[in-house]
Amino acid sequence: MASSQQFESPEIGLKGWARWFWRQLTSMRTALLLLLLLAAAAIPGSVYPQRSADPNGVTAFFDAEPQLAAVLDKFQIFDVYTSNWFSAIYILLFISLIGCVVPRTRVHFDNLRAAPPSAPRNFARMPSNKTVKSKKANVVALAEQILRKQGYRVVATKTTVAAERGYLRETGNLIFHFSLIGVLIAVGIGGGLSYSGQRVLIEGETFVNNLAGYDSLSPGTFFNENRLTPFSVKLDKFNVIFDIKNQTNIGTPLDFKAQVTSKIGANGKATSGVIRVNEPLELPNANLYLTGNGYAPVVTVRDANGNISFSGPTAFLPQDKNYTSLGVYKLPDAKPQQFGMISFFYPTVDKLTTGAKTSIFPDPINPLLTMNVYVGDLGLDGGVPKNVYSLDIAKMKQVAGGKSGVKGLELTKGQTVALPNGMGTVTFDSLKRFISLDISYNPGEGWILLFALLALGGLILSLLVPRRRVWVRKTTDGFELAALARGDDPTLEKIIAELADEIKKAKLD
Amino acid sequence: MTNVVLNEGLSQYSRLFIYLAMAIYTFSFLAYALNLSRQASEDKSVRAVASRTERVALVLLIVSAAIHGAGVVMRAISVSRVPWGNMYEFSITGSFVIVAIFIAAQFFVRDIKFIAILVSGFALLVLGAATTIFYVEVKSLMPALQNYWLYIHVSVAVLATAFFNIAAALSVAFLFKSSAFITKRKNAIAKPLGRVLAVFPAENKLEKLAYRFNIIGFILWTFTLIAGAIWAERAWHRYWGWDTKEVWTFIIWTLYAGYLHANATRGWSGKRSAWLSLIGFAAVIFNFTIVNLFFKGLHVYSGLK
Repeated sequence: MASSQQFESPEIGLKGWARWFWRQLTSMRTALLLLLLLAAAAIPGSVYPQRSADPNGVTAFFDAEPQLAAVLDKFQIFDVYTSNWFSAIYILLFISLIGCVVPRTRVHFDNLRAAPPSAPRNFARMPSNKTVKSKKANVVALAEQILRKQGYRVVATKTTVAAERGYLRETGNLIFHFSLIGVLIAVGIGGGLSYSGQRVLIEGETFVNNLAGYDSLSPGTFFNENRLTPFSVKLDKFNVIFDIKNQTNIGTPLDFKAQVTSKIGANGKATSGVIRVNEPLELPNANLYLTGNGYAPVVTVRDANGNISFSGPTAFLPQDKNYTSLGVYKLPDAKPQQFGMISFFYPTVDKLTTGAKTSIFPDPINPLLTMNVYVGDLGLDGGVPKNVYSLDIAKMKQVAGGKSGVKGLELTKGQTVALPNGMGTVTFDSLKRFISLDISYNPGEGWILLFALLALGGLILSLLVPRRRVWVRKTTDGFELAALARGDDPTLEKIIAELADEIKKAKLD
Repeated sequence: MTNVVLNEGLSQYSRLFIYLAMAIYTFSFLAYALNLSRQASEDKSVRAVASRTERVALVLLIVSAAIHGAGVVMRAISVSRVPWGNMYEFSITGSFVIVAIFIAAQFFVRDIKFIAILVSGFALLVLGAATTIFYVEVKSLMPALQNYWLYIHVSVAVLATAFFNIAAALSVAFLFKSSAFITKRKNAIAKPLGRVLAVFPAENKLEKLAYRFNIIGFILWTFTLIAGAIWAERAWHRYWGWDTKEVWTFIIWTLYAGYLHANATRGWSGKRSAWLSLIGFAAVIFNFTIVNLFFKGLHVYSGLK
């Protein structure tokens, strides 16, 4: 606890200042203020989008308010939990914590080996005390026997008994604080060794666990490629069940289930498995989580010469809960000219009163694929990587759909329709589904859990185990008792009264 | 969970029971108010009948809690699962647990019966919000919630909230009782208020009681946080990612950790720690309402559009 410093001389020197600073930092009051500061510092991260949790939100914020965003970014408002100021607070808090618990551990260690403090001269000064008239001669021996049975550590003299119990309270408190340090270290090291990557996988496709297999990868500081265990996972089928029976629940997903076949190593045995939400597939040094899903219509595009310029499934991004989905086609090799298409997929199509199409159920009961066609430069020759889910139409001309004057393409399953201006044909061959996988691994998790549970156990001991000292002294016409507790102990009076009764009734073993 | 049967008819009866419980909570609240106003009377004979009013209020509270509980059970049966799959269900279940814990606790710790008016008032408020703002039709659990951690994580969170709530009510009583307005002034408001507060337990008793409820709440909240992280590893593919819900769970934990330190710091026990107890509970309410409804995050289980 902080105490007001008495300056003995005007020159306290560097060492003196250091000691003063250390004492301030490790005081309970500083810990309290740092805790409150940490709570306040965490708030902005819930108000502004964070790069770690919501990168798209950050991009949207920059688009909407570029100037404000630039200023906020200077203060690391979009990276609150890795920011210098947030880190500074928790590092100070942990230094304060270490400075507090290390000396306390030493004191507690001494206490554990020391005898309970001898009885105070004046029992009346203790918060709880009692005087009892009794003719028993062996009060001291009886009190010693009873208190020992109750788990007290007891030291008896000829006329007094001193007893103490509840050392676990402080032990628990220290375990709690040291475990928090353990959590912090495990989080740091685990984070450095961890990685997390994403991959969109269409039914029939296989994910191979190497760098090229990932759509995106965010590795920790100490991660290297060699940590990726060679394995492959093929998506055999993705099953979805939407409720169609209960009136209030129609269209609600009841189950998402990905059936996969995995192989570990180059010549491993094929093992079938299942990935569900809440049920990742656990492979060596990697867990595969199901994070999203959607439709992947299989389409064949033929150009003016009848040559296939594209054939296969394309993942469409779902736009609403009934899976109205958006996809993009880019056909750089089509002859005579390259073109692109922005496509919508409606699993169960219906018309809104405005005339616009929408999907009214997430399963493909009445599927329809629509396409708007654009000709011109796709912008793929510049060597700059492009988002496969968006088409840059700035330098392109719309030739079907929208205000082009030509109706957009509409295809039901199995149908083939002609592209405008004799550019060729499009066929909607079949329908597949895709899943979004998150593949990640954090070797620190087990340690974090261990320390977190130790902290919880320590916390329970430190808050619920009562620490008490009890004294009994034989007097000329009976005996007197006193008790003292660390912290709030509502049962102290009762304990004294019960002990007095027991001594009166007891016999020596 | 591929074959779900929802009983909409029964859910309507459940809703009716919740409305009925609200009506009786209102009478209980009014009876507790009448009790306090009688306690505050200058007339000794009026004060003498106050204890009878209090007994009536408690009976009304128990009756409304029983009806409330029946409403919760009916909702659970109508959806054939635990009744905390969305905000409406969480609210009706949570407020029931708060009232039930209070009723049980006041038989053991007589000194907390004085905050009954705050408990019945709070239950009424929560049910009011639940039936008007949070109400959703019977729905199945979304796949992310289909896990046994739903039973553990959420039920412990409800319990923690109940303990924090009772502690906060005790802190309110403490702050009233120790305010200079009541103890120093002698005007027409302060004097009767002082008489009401005179029947409340002593300040240090209120403070200690609030502390005891808060430490239980803190232990439960710590467990909620750890259980949430374990579940997040399964459902959200990482144990912790500073999602808005995780941020606020952390803020609440840190505030109550501050509260515990305040109780051991000279100059911070008493009023300041009572304020921290209230700020902590305000953060709990904020986390449940504003964060759920207006903040973007993964913990979007309100079922509201």
